[in-house]
Amino acid sequence: MSADLAIEATGLEKSYGKTRALAGLDLAVQTGTILGVLGPNGSGKTTAVRVLTTLLRPDRGTARVAGYDVVSQATQVRRRIGLAGQTAALDESLTGSANLVMIGQLCRLPRHGAQQRAEELLSRFDLADAADRGVKTYSGGMRRRLDLAASLVSRPPILFLDEPTTGLDPRSRLVLWDIIRTLVADGTTVFLTTQYLEEADQLADRIVVIDKGSVIAQGSSDELKAQAGGDRIEVTVAPESDLARAREVLARHAEGEVHTDPGRRVVDAPVPAGARAIPAIAAAMSAAGVLMNDLGMLRPSLDDVFLTLTGHSADHAPAPSEKAELV
Amino acid sequence: MTSTLASPLPAQAESLPSLAWWSFRNTLVLARRGVARIIREPSQLLDVTVQPLIFVLLFVYVFGSAIKVPGGGNYHEYLIGGMFGMALVGTAQGTAVGVSTDMATGLTDRFRSLPIARSAVLAGRVIADLLTEVIALLVLVITGLAVGWRIHNGAGDALAAFGLCLLIAFAMTWAGACAGMLVKNPEAAAAIGFIFFLPLVFVSNTFVPTQGMPAWLRVVADWNPVSAVASSCRDLFGNPNPSSTIAAWPMQHPELATVLWSIGLIAVFAPLAVYFYRRKALR
Repeated sequence: MSADLAIEATGLEKSYGKTRALAGLDLAVQTGTILGVLGPNGSGKTTAVRVLTTLLRPDRGTARVAGYDVVSQATQVRRRIGLAGQTAALDESLTGSANLVMIGQLCRLPRHGAQQRAEELLSRFDLADAADRGVKTYSGGMRRRLDLAASLVSRPPILFLDEPTTGLDPRSRLVLWDIIRTLVADGTTVFLTTQYLEEADQLADRIVVIDKGSVIAQGSSDELKAQAGGDRIEVTVAPESDLARAREVLARHAEGEVHTDPGRRVVDAPVPAGARAIPAIAAAMSAAGVLMNDLGMLRPSLDDVFLTLTGHSADHAPAPSEKAELV
Repeated sequence: MTSTLASPLPAQAESLPSLAWWSFRNTLVLARRGVARIIREPSQLLDVTVQPLIFVLLFVYVFGSAIKVPGGGNYHEYLIGGMFGMALVGTAQGTAVGVSTDMATGLTDRFRSLPIARSAVLAGRVIADLLTEVIALLVLVITGLAVGWRIHNGAGDALAAFGLCLLIAFAMTWAGACAGMLVKNPEAAAAIGFIFFLPLVFVSNTFVPTQGMPAWLRVVADWNPVSAVASSCRDLFGNPNPSSTIAAWPMQHPELATVLWSIGLIAVFAPLAVYFYRRKALR
């Protein structure tokens, strides 16, 4: 295995009864980067996290985390990872501070050291005021921040975040994104699963798209978007102008078929030059006497990527168990 | 994040004594968690404090007036002596709910992803639950004294009775831990606990002597571990114990039966609990 790979998985398979959660998953994460693992519910993201964090044995395949085998060297792996799962894995009856001190002591910090570490993390995650309150009274965003703090107590070089912002309000999500970016800036390797295309786009250095337990596409966000057909220019034509003439003008700048939507009075087409073609198109429309209400660029979202790759949308993909029931 | 402070965890494999020492320390940390929970939220103890209290009042003042102890004797003394078994068997329900709550919140997964001995998590829980059991015992002693129950034999016998109570409670805790790991959520754990608790307690000599039961039911009741605990306590406290005239082996040797039941329960459920904890692949 290469020295600069923090996580490396080869041919991971895991089945629950007839459901194949992982069907030959291959992954590699460079040290100090964020890998975004994107996939719908039931695609195998959580199973992958559970295998890589030693919670689950794979049926087949191998995985190394920090250079250690997740099955035969599980203890070594556990000393180097932090895990924040989909639920806030905390003791609701205890205070935020007590939760972190407990984790610190379990990670062999002396009592004083554990307290110091807890204070440090609480103030860093903006929870100092709530440190001595029961976790029961925390909001969803506070719980997730505390959960993330708990996963960082032992200063793990590799962090697994399983859908860390699912169910959070947009403001809390932004706060968490900032924290994750800071961690990576300080050298932590992050394995981040998400259903939110935007989240992978915002945070990840590399993205793998998984569906039905194996990788169906990977690359940078831009590379994946290029796979979905690149940038398009969309022109909304004013009611008093001629839609057909707008179509002719756009066709001259486009590479590929121009699509017309008479109802919305919109024409759009793939334009390889992207944003740089906008001034020329605007000038040409104006010269041809076309009045525009709007002119803009459509970048394919990762949702489009997902749709192109799998034929179903990421948000509404049925989980394997639901599929089984339909048959 | 990567400050000058290094991770407190050893980078290499460590010696067995060091491993054992840290397992012990981790167990204490987790046991202290259980104690901290009780201190912060004493309401968790309602089922081991208020519930027996209600049963005492119900049976002493409502049903008790119509129940006669065979061979004579005070029903209050008979009842309280027997209720120690019920109070302590009931604590297993709390263990089941606690274990399944940790599973549901993902806290168990967090512990399993930490470099700590897996036995420490269960051992910490069982030790913390012993504290609950001592509290349950104290509540019942105080309630009993208030309604006229007395210890007639020596302190040694009384301590032996308390010891037997804690032993069977400890054994039942492991059964509770298994139940907690097998169910889907804390609500199911509470429901299942209650389903086992009710027949276990009512088909026993806790509230009424078994002499009046149909023959087949009486066999079940006489061999029920709760009956053995109740009879042991009545014996050792010097309370009326009409079961001593019953020929069934556990009623003739209730103390030994309690010990054997405890050993049997521990032998079955402790390894099972560890097995479930290690292997259980949640969802």
